[in-house]
Amino acid sequence: MNLIFDISREGRFAHAQAPDTTPATSDIPSHLLRQTKPRLPEVSELQVVRHFTRLSQKNFSIDTHFYPLGSCTMKYNPKGVHKLASLAGFAQRHPLAPEAASQGILQCLYDLQTMLAEITGMQAVSLAPMAGAQGEFAGVAMIRAYHEARGDFDRTEIIVPDAAHGTNPASAVMCNYQVKEIPTGADGDIDIEALKAALSEKTAGIMLTNPSTLGVFERRIAEVQKLVHDAGALLYYDGANFNAVLGKVRPGDMGFDVLHLNLHKTFATPHGGGGPGAGPVAVNDKLKAYLPLPLVEKTNTGYRWSTEKDLPESMGQLSAFAGNVGIHLRAYIYARMLGKQGMQRVSEMAVLNANYLQARLKDAGFVLAYPDRRATHEFIITVADQTKAHGVKAMDYAKRLLDYGMHAPTVYFPLLVPECLLIEPTETESKETLDAFVDAMIAIKQEVETDATLVKTAPHTMVVRRLDDVRAARLLDLVYVDASCQ
Amino acid sequence: MPFIPHTENDIQSMLEAMKLSSVDALFDEIPVSLMLKQALDVPNGMNEMSITRLMQERAKKDEGYACFIGAGAYDHHIPAAVWELASRGEFLTAYTPYQAEASQGGLQVLYEYQTMIASLTAMDVANASLYDGASALAESVLMAVRCNKKVKNNRVFFLGTLSPLYRKAVDTIIDPQGIELIEIPYSTTTGVVDVSVLAHLQEKDANALIIQQPNFFGCLEAVDELTDWAHHHNMLVVAAVNPTALALVTPPGEWGERGADIACGDGQPLGIPLASGGPSFGFLTCKMPLIRQMPGRVVGRTLDDEGKQGFTLTLQAREQHIRRAKAKSNICTNQGLLVVAAAIYMSLLGTEGLRRVALACHNNTRRLVEKLKTIGSVSLQFTSPFFHEFVLALPVPVKPLIDQAAESGLLIGYDLKPFIADDEHWLLVAVTETKTEEDLDRFVAFFKAHLQGSSASKEQQTSAEAAK
Repeated sequence: MNLIFDISREGRFAHAQAPDTTPATSDIPSHLLRQTKPRLPEVSELQVVRHFTRLSQKNFSIDTHFYPLGSCTMKYNPKGVHKLASLAGFAQRHPLAPEAASQGILQCLYDLQTMLAEITGMQAVSLAPMAGAQGEFAGVAMIRAYHEARGDFDRTEIIVPDAAHGTNPASAVMCNYQVKEIPTGADGDIDIEALKAALSEKTAGIMLTNPSTLGVFERRIAEVQKLVHDAGALLYYDGANFNAVLGKVRPGDMGFDVLHLNLHKTFATPHGGGGPGAGPVAVNDKLKAYLPLPLVEKTNTGYRWSTEKDLPESMGQLSAFAGNVGIHLRAYIYARMLGKQGMQRVSEMAVLNANYLQARLKDAGFVLAYPDRRATHEFIITVADQTKAHGVKAMDYAKRLLDYGMHAPTVYFPLLVPECLLIEPTETESKETLDAFVDAMIAIKQEVETDATLVKTAPHTMVVRRLDDVRAARLLDLVYVDASCQ
Repeated sequence: MPFIPHTENDIQSMLEAMKLSSVDALFDEIPVSLMLKQALDVPNGMNEMSITRLMQERAKKDEGYACFIGAGAYDHHIPAAVWELASRGEFLTAYTPYQAEASQGGLQVLYEYQTMIASLTAMDVANASLYDGASALAESVLMAVRCNKKVKNNRVFFLGTLSPLYRKAVDTIIDPQGIELIEIPYSTTTGVVDVSVLAHLQEKDANALIIQQPNFFGCLEAVDELTDWAHHHNMLVVAAVNPTALALVTPPGEWGERGADIACGDGQPLGIPLASGGPSFGFLTCKMPLIRQMPGRVVGRTLDDEGKQGFTLTLQAREQHIRRAKAKSNICTNQGLLVVAAAIYMSLLGTEGLRRVALACHNNTRRLVEKLKTIGSVSLQFTSPFFHEFVLALPVPVKPLIDQAAESGLLIGYDLKPFIADDEHWLLVAVTETKTEEDLDRFVAFFKAHLQGSSASKEQQTSAEAAK
């Protein structure tokens, strides 16, 4: 399909969108003025509408396809939520509008803080981090502040299990910690002996995802918690998989000191093709003083922002304003719609769907990574047996699933299971959709056995065939350069 | 009211397929002692009709103000087509394009966006976005320190006219890595850094110089001289810029002899609603040789197995999901949806439209300044040329005026007291293309009514002196 630059014609523009500026004047001295024209598209409004509508049609999305991307919680994003969050009073509010002119949004944010504290079993919440990774950064920075406030400057290590998301070690490094990786046991739980060996007076904390990215609940969490705390370190909870336990068990009750939630996962805010997200942090009393700013406070006369004056030991601001408020608002609306009973129902049906899918794939002859474990909201299969027998890899399955009209699960993550697919159906999918996915997997498995090339060369029905990633990285083409302009 | 399709029959047949008697059995690996014994203490669920009523009530409380606040977020007109298109489910509910073949639409938009923002900043390449302008600046600083091999310390210079809101976020993000920010003072007469002070700096050894253009006060810095000075002293130049302004003022890629090395900023003016400041997106562009130190997602054009053009995420070897602890940054998501909106906005406006928006903003600003001159008791604080924002010096403290104005539906600007020299008479005012002659007159009328009788007071002159 053409680039928008290909249909661009000099002198054309969407007249209805350009303000009238006759006479065009400017008092800015000429040496500060732009001398070259930026090369933005020169197109009509209809051309823009048609171009971007057609581009949208080249995307798989939750609204159009089953999207069982493991560890990403691609559940339905309610239309009503998006519409209400776009109401003029919310969408047009300037971030620095006076508090008296902001009571509507402040109340929503305060209520969300309160709900998230209850849902996680923690004492205080800051909505500030703009994504899960920024929540991790904030959490680890708070762990550092906690130790340093106690005069303990010798803790230089953060422990991370090998199954963790890549953001965990990367966030620890951004906080200037050394990362100590520990292995996972054959049963999917943390290797307790390895944990004991890794813990020392140098340990600042441990970052855990529970349920883990292996799709199983960490059964010895109470023991892990005691070992870590006895060593003087703190526990960080990565809330990436919180959808599996919403309303069932709370990180605060498991003994975690700090956590982040991914509102774009558990609380159904749209993923937007890779963002925006939001990664609020919740803490217990040990870390309350260090929360990132701003927070919303309730007073006798209404709601207000709290600032450095209220929280002098805060780790600081993470954005120019208050983070991704529009996402907080969507999560709040969704949480209010779910309510008390709905929350529990979410995790129950998410876990039911995952276990059902796991059981059916097992019956169909697929190899489970952890066959003796209950799945949580997601689970892992490995096609290593088929790689050995037929040379078909997990990526080939992923690409062939696209031909069957399903987005692929997450592949090659977690890193410790070879040729793996991490499958997360979410609670918003019907039994019929799950059965259709199983049918597709069975069909592909038959193709592997009879015509492996068909699978290895998939996809066959997308707008492009498999793309050359090596070429993309070697012959970097990141911006369009019009030959006629060179 | 969860969004769940399961009928009782579905649940029963799914449990039977697993030979289980109840849903509870699915949670039997969680230690009983940890399980919640009762439902969460949150309100009961609501259907769409009830939540609509509640949210409409709350939204109404914050609605209907004429906004003259800027300070990094600007009230621009957003063409209807922008969010009609960006809100299509195929953009809204897709995720990071890990499966490129099923994400060609989103990927092509990102590639087109990268081209547009690189062209607007006159830089070589762009990433697919970061969270916001402030965090993009923090990432730019970290990137500059990684890139500068000639300087061995951890120092970075910034102009005192950098947004204090950005400065705070940058501090938070770079502090753990031991990077020190050193301020170059500005003139309280001109509102910009006087290039002659550079010669008198005790220490000239640093990794980078951060220049914001227009600066926090809306004033235009002498970017050419500043850039050449920094390059002469082996520093990289990090530009923080407003994308609307770039339709009118010199883009960072053309500053001085060699241009800035890294340019970043907040994309909010490009079709993103104010929405309390987020979500917006941060853009980051750089010179080609620095590309491998750039954080965040990048989209490249390549060929498929049959030689057909297509798009894919590239240079992933820099990123956390591959490199883990050795990644350039922990960033995972970008702000994909906002970039879709910005790409549509830039396409609709085009070169001529964006230039007209910038001119209209600036002309309105100048008109307001002219009108304000008819009130004897207010004056412009600074003498430098400005773009679409200025600091007004008032004869009375700003804060009570802001509150009074809000009561009459007018947001007159931003009180600089918490940040700047502790002077309580400075008001930062922004004017965009959305303001009509009536809006400007209303603004002026408010000041006339509330400043009647007061002239530039002695108190104010004294504090302005002290600030110098």
